[in-house]
Amino acid sequence: MAELKKNDEAAVDATPNVTAVETVDAVSTEESVAAIEAPVERGEPILQVRNLVKHFPLTQGILFKKQVGAVKAVDGISFDLYQGETLGIVGESGCGKSTVAKLLMTLEKATAGEVFYKGQDITKLSGRALKAVRRNIQMVFQDPYTSLNPRMTVGDIIGEPYDIHPEVAPKGDRRRKVQELLDVVGLNPEYINRYPHQFSGGQRQRIGIARGLALQPEIIICDEPVSALDVSVQAQVINLMEKLQDEFNLSYLFIAHDLSIVRHISDRVGVMYLGKMAEIGTDVQIYDHPTHPYTQALLSAVPVPDPDAREGRERIILTGDVPSPANPPSGCRFRTRCWKAQDKCAEEVPLLAVPERFTSSDTPAAHESACHFAEEKDVVHAA
Amino acid sequence: MTIIDKTADVPASRGSTDGGGPLLDVRDLHVEFKTRDGVVKAVNGVNYSVSAGETLAVLGESGSGKSVTAQAIMGILDMPPGRIPQGEILFRGQDMLTMGYEERRKIRGQKIAMIFQDALSSLNPVLSVGYQLGEMFRVHQGLSKKDAKAKAVELMDRVRIPAAKERVDDYPHQFSGGMRQRIMIAMALALEPDLIIADEPTTALDVTVQAQVMDLLAELQREYNMGLILITHDLGVVADVADKIAVMYAGRIVETAPVHELYKRPAHPYTRGLLDSIPRLDQKGQELYAIKGLPPNLLKIPSGCAFNPRCPKAQDVCRTDVPALLSVTERDGGELPGRRSACHFWKEQIHG
Repeated sequence: MAELKKNDEAAVDATPNVTAVETVDAVSTEESVAAIEAPVERGEPILQVRNLVKHFPLTQGILFKKQVGAVKAVDGISFDLYQGETLGIVGESGCGKSTVAKLLMTLEKATAGEVFYKGQDITKLSGRALKAVRRNIQMVFQDPYTSLNPRMTVGDIIGEPYDIHPEVAPKGDRRRKVQELLDVVGLNPEYINRYPHQFSGGQRQRIGIARGLALQPEIIICDEPVSALDVSVQAQVINLMEKLQDEFNLSYLFIAHDLSIVRHISDRVGVMYLGKMAEIGTDVQIYDHPTHPYTQALLSAVPVPDPDAREGRERIILTGDVPSPANPPSGCRFRTRCWKAQDKCAEEVPLLAVPERFTSSDTPAAHESACHFAEEKDVVHAA
Repeated sequence: MTIIDKTADVPASRGSTDGGGPLLDVRDLHVEFKTRDGVVKAVNGVNYSVSAGETLAVLGESGSGKSVTAQAIMGILDMPPGRIPQGEILFRGQDMLTMGYEERRKIRGQKIAMIFQDALSSLNPVLSVGYQLGEMFRVHQGLSKKDAKAKAVELMDRVRIPAAKERVDDYPHQFSGGMRQRIMIAMALALEPDLIIADEPTTALDVTVQAQVMDLLAELQREYNMGLILITHDLGVVADVADKIAVMYAGRIVETAPVHELYKRPAHPYTRGLLDSIPRLDQKGQELYAIKGLPPNLLKIPSGCAFNPRCPKAQDVCRTDVPALLSVTERDGGELPGRRSACHFWKEQIHG
């Protein structure tokens, strides 16, 4: 961290107007655990991310490793996840979506910034308190073929979380619990002794979901949960996830690159570009009233399954590729591909805030967008 | 940064230029694989044709046989275990399955070329892209190394790879995903073939790059008046570029139709189900329709119509009789050109 600061400017607080976090001053582990286990009202923030930064060091040399730079995978993002909602995160590959997921799971250590779970900063927790947090935040992975151990039976895979958190299910009770879970995700409870290779892709993803549900978490982080599945099976899994959300009162952080699916399942959507949040708002605000040029380009590039729309639709074709996160452009990171870019964009980092011109009005365009020249443009609906 | 208005992209009416007859005509093609567990019937009687300048989209889920059909056309099936017990693949009226090896090799690459899905694993990582692009010219046209390299630079310019001259000696891993796919397209285009088969060309790419690549492909196709077979499972991409569509299920074509017709009035319950099960970008729906069940195991395809266990309209006849791919007509018997459906109850499906 200290070396990083030397050759980098300090990470910019890009989101000045997110609400302050009510922190819990827990001195002892007992108090932390108690705070973590307290219930949260529906519609209250359950997870609050503030200025989260993750830089992966780039080193040179074999014996005496010298840091020559850093890949800025996540560079100062902030958002809230409310109880019972689905927050979709979209962006191209390499924009840092999956790194955010790993940071929230505390699988990676954040370079800077905080993640508050019910008022507790989980980046600073350890021991029993961290274990309690991890029980409540679970993950469903992208690839159902590699995320299940081929040498374990389905019962062992779904029941494994109970080895670490035995308080959820006493030893004698586990088999019954696993069978219940299989039933919940729409698999035959008799399959408990089968191995992953005996299932199709969609069924395997159901096993992955059952494993995520095993510890009765409050938040499930889904990293591209349906992108490896066939179209007809995708719909089954999406419907299942929506059903489970209602049944168990879950909050989802839904990471995907398929914008249509994200719209379908999400209450709010955040658009990421090169480690920063470009725009965030409700699904109507983002999809029908986007104000950030990147969101507009992204949406206009999605093919719509309606051949009549192909003549009328305006397509914004971006040139070039995403710049390297090891050496992102100065100012606005999107300026190298943006058709609106001006000198100001190279000098000033645009803040993620409601654009001034929209603040007084009540339009759906009044949502947070990190662009100096934000303007509304409907690119999804044919003219 | 360019803003392209889609109206400018709509091609004028295209048709076969060289005196009638489709470019490629696949007739009753069967492909099976011998495995330890039995014979896998991957393709069970596929018929389709493509004319010059036309785009045929082959739509289907994994395991529907769409890629195996393409491999059979290219003659790159592994045989054994693969076997083609029956069928014809006519290229300009000549059956490629009965041709000799050398004759076939002359068509492959020169007349019919293929773009593969995963550009990173389809390119050789230890040879420079320039060398791999030039190979087409060295082998097929006998050009010298130097001339072939010059041609490679020209091709890379053609597919709009910036600084082609400097990058011709780079290796595949030094290019981004979109650039690699451009190199694959350049390689397919090298000898200006009459027909290109693109097997999921943009599945591994991000949407913004996908739009770039599809635009490039459409532009080159227009310029060379090539036939294009686009194999994909993405109903969005199909709606954007296809002229006609063939929907495959369990190794058979279940429906063919011109693109506008298919989306408006599908004549097969499977197509209907697929269209209903995709979420839309421009509207937020309620619960998604999901086709129940799973795609069939190709070792034991259900009797009768292969879709019957998953079909909401299945009746007894569907479990016993295999429906033939028959022409679909209007309610009053008027013809619907290019429309066929393999469903016993297509009338109910299309006319409600």
